[in-house]
Amino acid sequence: MTDTLKSGFPNVETTVLGADEIILNMGPQHPSTHGVLRVKLKLDGEKVVGSECVIGYLHRGVEKIAEHRTYQQFAPYVDRMDYVAAVSNGLGYCEAVEKLLGAEAPLRARVIRTILTELQRIASHLLWLGTHALDIGALTPIFYCFREREEILKIFEKYCGARLTTHAFRIGGLQYEAYDELEKDVERFCKDFEKRIDEYEALLTNNRIWVGRTKGVGVLTAQEAKDLGASGPVIRASGVQWDIRKAFPYAAYDQYKFEIPTGRNGDTYDRYLVRMKEMRQSRLICLQAIENIPSGPIMARIGKVLKPPLGEVYHSIEAPKGELGYYVVSDATVQPYRVRIRPPSFINLQAFDTLVRGHLVADVVAIIGTLDIVLGEVDR
Amino acid sequence: MHALLEFFRPYALPLLYALIIVAVLPLVAGYVVLMERKVMADMQVRLGPMRVGPHGLLQPIADALKLLIKEDIIPENADYWIFWLAPLLSVTAAMLAMAALPFGPAFQIADLNIGLLFIVGVSSMGIYGIVLGGWASNSHYSLLGALRSAAQLVSYETAAGMALVAALLLAGTLSMKEIVEFQQQQGVWFVFLTPIGFFIYLVASIAETNRAPFDLPEAESELVAGYMTEYSGFRWALYFLAEYANMIVVASIATTLFLGGWLRPFPGVHALDFLDWLPPMLLLGVALYCFYRTPKQPVKVQQGFLAAVGLLCLMLAAILGAALVPPLVRFKPAILGGFWFVFKVFAYIYVFMWLRFTFPRYRFDQLMKLGWHFMIPLGIVNVIGVASALVLHRQMHWGLAPALGATTLGTLLVAAYLAAVGRRYDLPVVGEAE
Repeated sequence: MTDTLKSGFPNVETTVLGADEIILNMGPQHPSTHGVLRVKLKLDGEKVVGSECVIGYLHRGVEKIAEHRTYQQFAPYVDRMDYVAAVSNGLGYCEAVEKLLGAEAPLRARVIRTILTELQRIASHLLWLGTHALDIGALTPIFYCFREREEILKIFEKYCGARLTTHAFRIGGLQYEAYDELEKDVERFCKDFEKRIDEYEALLTNNRIWVGRTKGVGVLTAQEAKDLGASGPVIRASGVQWDIRKAFPYAAYDQYKFEIPTGRNGDTYDRYLVRMKEMRQSRLICLQAIENIPSGPIMARIGKVLKPPLGEVYHSIEAPKGELGYYVVSDATVQPYRVRIRPPSFINLQAFDTLVRGHLVADVVAIIGTLDIVLGEVDR
Repeated sequence: MHALLEFFRPYALPLLYALIIVAVLPLVAGYVVLMERKVMADMQVRLGPMRVGPHGLLQPIADALKLLIKEDIIPENADYWIFWLAPLLSVTAAMLAMAALPFGPAFQIADLNIGLLFIVGVSSMGIYGIVLGGWASNSHYSLLGALRSAAQLVSYETAAGMALVAALLLAGTLSMKEIVEFQQQQGVWFVFLTPIGFFIYLVASIAETNRAPFDLPEAESELVAGYMTEYSGFRWALYFLAEYANMIVVASIATTLFLGGWLRPFPGVHALDFLDWLPPMLLLGVALYCFYRTPKQPVKVQQGFLAAVGLLCLMLAAILGAALVPPLVRFKPAILGGFWFVFKVFAYIYVFMWLRFTFPRYRFDQLMKLGWHFMIPLGIVNVIGVASALVLHRQMHWGLAPALGATTLGTLLVAAYLAAVGRRYDLPVVGEAE
């Protein structure tokens, strides 16, 4: 019993480490652990018989910082969690505090938020696609993906001046009016993007090596996905129709028509397909949204000093990686009493051990890639 | 003294060639790397190296210099002597194989009567360098990389061997020079006689040189750098050199056996004699472009270098062109042959690169399955096919073309069957949506 602890694999039932098994330490400095994830693998030959994720290398105490900042001051910090989808992080936080205040952003603000968030989803998925393909050995798609992502970042830059950690939204609405050519830029991007995404699919979807590397790898059944609390594309690929945008509509999602793509086999290939389809859906949402951006104010009347009433609120949004939830407790001062964040990457990463057991070392990187984790969010 | 000179006389030219190869090979390997980076950049919508020298032309020199002056690190737990020896083994094997390669009708160190056997045997010795290096590093990643490499080489060497046997059956000789001469007499390259053999050799040679999509021994995203993980500086450079030298070796074998060696495309057709003018014109074009770009370079050094490259190209163009003018025409096969050989080798390497930037990487079990379940059976069937075609040709007096056509068709059917057997997916549906 103590041996299981000593071996460092609490979830592997073993008393003495067999002579024919080796422990391979992957990370925190490894080309494909997507940042500073450290994985301890127990290998039998090249087969994985156990695994343990070691996290915390990027822990910055974001939740604690929140307790010593005003509500507005904390808003830029959330951008640093999932730093490849900063806009989505900001949206979740702003809406959570709005809920706490009992206020709602004006419709115009919500539509612009929707457009930018969906663009951010595409950008995040593009980054995932590039790195995932790179992990599986396709060297080229990442450059194409970055080319497209660059267009999105340019739109962000034009809108709020920042590209990565944008702090695009404010509590109560938006700080900046949409710039004049926003619609035109988004439309041009969406128009090009359809052809481009077909190109990526041409490179990968029916590629025999790609299919061989992803089909049947890392299967997560619907029940397992639910038990593990998975969300986002990970649970949808397992065939569960779970999308916050439909279940609890926020921003302006109730106004647009879109589908929730789901998978059948719950494997890496399905998660790939689901994300590819999601990008197409996001594109459609953007096109619908720019058709009719309502006029009106962009900021609700909430005052300069935010002092939400005593109480607590949980608000979650469908971030690119899954359900991003903020649980905010107010003690009726200008600073939150507690902010607890439910990061999708962290919870999806729980599925890692279930997914990798019995697979080969080469599949481990495919599975890390398919979970689409960002360590800034896992460690917070 | 005179007797001594006489004794060494036959060795003078081979020695000179050997010196040229040893001196030039690292440079060529460096520029193959540059070519790879440029090709990669082109396919990935970017520019590639542009800073060191005009269009990055001095990048290989800078890289080599950096690697040379890097600190020499041998890990504490490594097996010192084996760690030290392993990269040397790899690079020696790769260079030794060059000894029997005919770069042109006149440029060959030794025309061995067992030439091909020698090359294949010696170049597969390079695996010892990889396995020993991986083992001596005393690191899990290195060990896994080395083991993968050993298994992979054994599997694919068999398939490659089968492909080579098919070509050998046609040529009836192991001497590299005679194989090319035989293709000259026949007026047709072996790639047209046994296309399946060429295909098998193409795939197997990619696997043998550990190139993507079969680059598992050094799979960057999985094993960091595989057997090279613990190596740095000049030792690492030696492994790198060995890898690219091996690429050149396999490309040369393919060129000699399947692509007609130093022969021009369609050597027997006089209507296509204008093709002889292609090499000098090509180089002249490159030279003119260099001169055109020279004034546009920002720094004096870069201007000078680009002008020098232009002059070099001009010189080569002059040599290639001179071989076409009457008084020097007897050197024509030697000089133009060299060009065509190098040209084909680089075209072959280009295909390697093209595949590398297009395909994802195979997984180890899939690689093995492809090797043992597809490539090797297909190779054996192809040998049987070519052999029976030759029987039909020699005993039954069929024409060579219809005989080979019929057997190639049969082999293709077997290939289709083998591919169909391997393609069966039946995954359980896990979702609740349907």
